[in-house]
Amino acid sequence: MSPLPVTILGGYLGAGKTTLVNALLRRAGGLRLAVLVNDFGALPIDADLIEGRDGDMLTISGGCICCSYGSDLVGALLDLAARRPGPDHVLIETSGVALPGAVARSLGLVTGLSLDGIVVLADAETLPARAADRYLADTIARQIDAADLLLLTKLDLLSPEAAASRRAWASESWPRARVAAASRGDVPPDLVLGLSRGDRPVASMAAHPLPGYATMVLAVERPVADVQAFAAALAGASPLLLRAKGFVTGISGARFAIQVVGRRAEVSPAPDATMSPDALVCIGLPGMPREALLAAPGSLAALREMAPGMSRRWPAPPRDDARAGIA
Amino acid sequence: MIVVHEARKILTMNPARPVASHVAVRDGIVLGAGTHEELAGWGPHALDRRFADKVLMPGLVEGHSHASEGTLWHHVYVGFFDRLDPEGRTWPGATSIDAMVARLAAAEAALADPAQPLSGWALDPIHFGGRRVARGDLDRVSATRPIGVMHASGHILNVNSRALELAGMLRGGIDHPGVPLGEDGLPTGEMKGPDAMTPVGRHVGFERDLLSADEEGFRRFGRLCARRGVTTATDLANPLPPAAADMMLRVAGEESFPARIVALRLMRGISPSEVVAHALELRARSIDRLRFGMIKVVADGSIQGFSARLRAPGYYNGAPNGLWYVAPEDLREVYARALAAGVQIHTHTNGDQATELALDALEHALRLHPWHDHRFTLQHCQLADAAQFRRMKALGMCVNLFPNHHFFWGDQHYAMTVGPERAERMNACATALATGVPLAIHSDAPVTPLGPLFTAWCAVNRRTASGRVLGGAERIGVADALRTITLDAAWTLRLDGEIGSIECGKRADFAVLEDDPETIGAEKLKDVRIWGTVLGGRVQEAAAL
Repeated sequence: MSPLPVTILGGYLGAGKTTLVNALLRRAGGLRLAVLVNDFGALPIDADLIEGRDGDMLTISGGCICCSYGSDLVGALLDLAARRPGPDHVLIETSGVALPGAVARSLGLVTGLSLDGIVVLADAETLPARAADRYLADTIARQIDAADLLLLTKLDLLSPEAAASRRAWASESWPRARVAAASRGDVPPDLVLGLSRGDRPVASMAAHPLPGYATMVLAVERPVADVQAFAAALAGASPLLLRAKGFVTGISGARFAIQVVGRRAEVSPAPDATMSPDALVCIGLPGMPREALLAAPGSLAALREMAPGMSRRWPAPPRDDARAGIA
Repeated sequence: MIVVHEARKILTMNPARPVASHVAVRDGIVLGAGTHEELAGWGPHALDRRFADKVLMPGLVEGHSHASEGTLWHHVYVGFFDRLDPEGRTWPGATSIDAMVARLAAAEAALADPAQPLSGWALDPIHFGGRRVARGDLDRVSATRPIGVMHASGHILNVNSRALELAGMLRGGIDHPGVPLGEDGLPTGEMKGPDAMTPVGRHVGFERDLLSADEEGFRRFGRLCARRGVTTATDLANPLPPAAADMMLRVAGEESFPARIVALRLMRGISPSEVVAHALELRARSIDRLRFGMIKVVADGSIQGFSARLRAPGYYNGAPNGLWYVAPEDLREVYARALAAGVQIHTHTNGDQATELALDALEHALRLHPWHDHRFTLQHCQLADAAQFRRMKALGMCVNLFPNHHFFWGDQHYAMTVGPERAERMNACATALATGVPLAIHSDAPVTPLGPLFTAWCAVNRRTASGRVLGGAERIGVADALRTITLDAAWTLRLDGEIGSIECGKRADFAVLEDDPETIGAEKLKDVRIWGTVLGGRVQEAAAL
């Protein structure tokens, strides 16, 4: 059984985590998402999404669930990992003062889980003050230090010039994180939760362009000598690349899944049942340089850009209204 | 029906008549303390002379303990120091790994079901000369039965190989700061912190929640109180879910329940507005022996776990700063809401930065919602400096310091965590008194043993486990120490009008002692023998519990 992917959603109070969680639940599009929240204090889920409540668990329309874990995250993960049928994907919303990096390390204590990525939200308006606060500075810094993706919220409350300079400041302050905007929860679920989840073909992303983002599909035309180096080179190819996922064949003939989140690159054996051809789907910010992506892995492999949704080998997925709603 | 108790000596904590020979009681209330002749004026009475050779003082008040101490006695005691259990048996300390293994092996031999887990508690390997306990040690007890031993701190759990195996953790490739690995790349069996403890805890009889006592544990805690001379004890950090609150109300409502309990609602997994509402809702259900209506907030972690929040210059060994357990905004909000609602808050602040945050938060909240008698109390507050005590005084705060910690771990604080200077000023009881901050002192049972007279001894002598006097300038006198474990502790719980001294109109709650704590000598305060208690006029002999 392939491991259950877990995305960690961190960030201080007021960063917009709850807003984003609700937006993701609305757009889950058939993905059975299990959301773990620190508490049910101020009821984090929009009432119209809730189908029922059983103690610490809410059932959400579309097959999703939401549980509170209080101070026992690992206990909640153990329960979730033992659940049958299990969810497709887990999203952990950490408390405002938790360190997402520490949460990520705890995932390794539960068998059957794998870290998808660490996404940290920050309120662009208040971030500079918080990052200098006598009580919070080190906590905020450690939260964002661990981020694969730093999503700045409330940029729309700033002037365009101020927003641009705030993004630039954040990128300079936390060079490891890839920075993107995410006001009012308006983020493609694929960016937060990963590409090609569940049984969806790798290239299905390409059928639905994401406004405000660039997507690109790269075919891998021959076996890759060093898959790990290939993945790492891709992750470092451009600061505008946010996520990538796909499959490649090694020179031994074995197939591997590659996942890139920010600068994090993971390589794992491809599931046996994988039908997708050797290709990579990339999501990035507008202006994501195709040349850099194509050139980055150097001579390790031959990459060729494919027109989104045009491949005969990859039929477009069945129309899905919920997913279409993203656009 | 009036009963007049005659005693060798009665320490009243009433400065107007500090010592008396008799105390008269009617309907659980003290009519007066004085001479037999004075008290005879109340009318016909029975003279009870069973305390004629004993010393009475106000029932002791433990301002920071947890009823889960009673539940932990379901497990085998393997602590380093001798410890009294709720049934009156003193367990000798397990002073080596071999002694711990032997104690567990004896308990193991008594278990019939081979799959039943074996569990112990109160392990403190810091006293084993640097040798950590490993799974191999516990495998000597049994290689087939899951075994787990909780540390005294409650923050580390040692398990054997079988327990790791059941948890799916007897494997390589684990990369977690709470799971040290042996040379073979497998976990050593020492699981640090809640995240590492949870997966194995459920296989060795330590379920996830140690915050609430079960019914038998709650009853045991009550008996332990009576054996230690305690008539009022806090259950300081209970989430108080409905089932727990109902159970506690039922049990404490029984006429024979041997102590008064003050249970604070822990703010965890609940918003500031909801916790205040819940505290008020619970307050309305309070009964004579079980009081609700206050809130506990945990601001940071522990000093020895390097999770306490310290101001510059931080930890002596260079460890990074600790963790916030509450967001500063949430602390400010709950303070403001609680002040507005008239709900008192006790806040755990171990590090001095956490204390600073609490002071800042309260100063701000008091501007919004002034409450002249709020008595917000800082709990542990181990690293506060003189300036912070002056702010506590200015803001009307109380403090409950942790002298027991100083005894058990002071040597480590000196050498490793905060260094010599701050280790000497930790738990600054003398500074608190000199500054005029109302002071209580505590055990944090089960972290250290319940026993206010032992805690008083720690505050008076400031000896560490190695025998060193650590911070002699912060020692306090016996008389002050006795007030901190009675009247002043009652003040921090807003109960000083009811308990904490023996005088007309207050509850007839007494500690019954064989020795006189005023004259036994500061060095021997911890050795004062305890006969039992009187709770609301009802006599409870420890030996008969």
